[in-house]
Amino acid sequence: MSTSTTLLALLEPGPAHGYTLKRNFDQWFGRRRPLAFGQVYSTLARLTRDGLADQIEVEAGHGPDRRLYRITPDGAAAVDDWVFTPQPAEVFATSTLYARVTVALLSGRDVTDVLARQREAHLRRMRELQAARRQATGAVLLAVTYELAHLDADLRWIEESGTRLDTVRRHLDRTGGGHA
Amino acid sequence: MLEALGIGLSYGATPALRRIDLTLAAGSRTALMGPSGSGKSSLLHCLAGILVPDRGRVMFDGQDLTGLSDRERSALRLRHMGVVFQFGDLVPELTLIENVMLPLQLLGVKRAAARASARDLLGELGVADVADSRTGAVSGGQAQRAAVARALVHEPRVVLADEPTGSLDTVNAEAVLDAMVALSTRMGVALVVVTHDNLVASHLDDLVVLRDGMLDLSAREAVG
Repeated sequence: MSTSTTLLALLEPGPAHGYTLKRNFDQWFGRRRPLAFGQVYSTLARLTRDGLADQIEVEAGHGPDRRLYRITPDGAAAVDDWVFTPQPAEVFATSTLYARVTVALLSGRDVTDVLARQREAHLRRMRELQAARRQATGAVLLAVTYELAHLDADLRWIEESGTRLDTVRRHLDRTGGGHA
Repeated sequence: MLEALGIGLSYGATPALRRIDLTLAAGSRTALMGPSGSGKSSLLHCLAGILVPDRGRVMFDGQDLTGLSDRERSALRLRHMGVVFQFGDLVPELTLIENVMLPLQLLGVKRAAARASARDLLGELGVADVADSRTGAVSGGQAQRAAVARALVHEPRVVLADEPTGSLDTVNAEAVLDAMVALSTRMGVALVVVTHDNLVASHLDDLVVLRDGMLDLSAREAVG
């Protein structure tokens, strides 16, 4: 996720102070990792330098929180570009899980156990998310169901891999691709 | 509360279940998963006393279901169990509320009292407004909520559900499962749900996986 562009997007409804932006960011996007104040101000400084946001008011003597920022037309165009440009689909397929399973397979470790442990961890997290979903509204509901759907996809892959292990092992035995 | 002790079942020469041992505690919530043909529906039907295993025993509160006659098993199921199938299996000639009243009336509850209980439960499941509609006139999600109500209305000890949301979209399935889990928790009813869907399993506390008619012990969690 681009923190600077999402912060910029939060200026679109109207000018805001840094602390308001941080609060809104945390509410919408920072459920698991709230934004540090320092990062808010360094990002706003960079956005201002690049002409994507500007300061419209500084109340002297009250510190950095009193600076009011607004988005510029270039900033709105940058948000537009970011929102509508599809991400490369490959980024969704980057997985440490795949790497761990493959290493286990190639090294002769117990892959079934690797898959079973991950399934347990995934299901535990999905149960937490189901409990959170029952209370969730708005953006939190979208965030929770997004994570649930991705864990569900992983679990389906885990299940499918379990049924393919014998075939893959036979292939490795034939080709000498692993120790197993 | 409900136990399978070394049960085996074959359809002709084809084995469906091989020496299954499983203990389900009162109030527990268990997902029964596995690939197609792994025996999960057969196991559910044995636990419900709908099928009788060829080998082993099914114990319900210390009573051996396999030693009972068809009539005795039906009576025990009526009193102590609720069953939900993928397509609800409501009686199409009856309205939703009449379907939900059925178990109570079969247990001898007076019609007015049965109607009041059924209406309350349908209200809790969010389908009170279609209580007097026939099953053909309501959506799949509404019919399935009525099926859940029918399984719970007599406050059984356990509800056994076979793909209860298999014919529903994700949002409707969520609503049905949320209601089923909330109501069963409130009533202290155990839940056993056959599913191939991880999202459904994540509504439940325990997981049992079957492969080729046997328990996959690597996937077994906190059951027994």
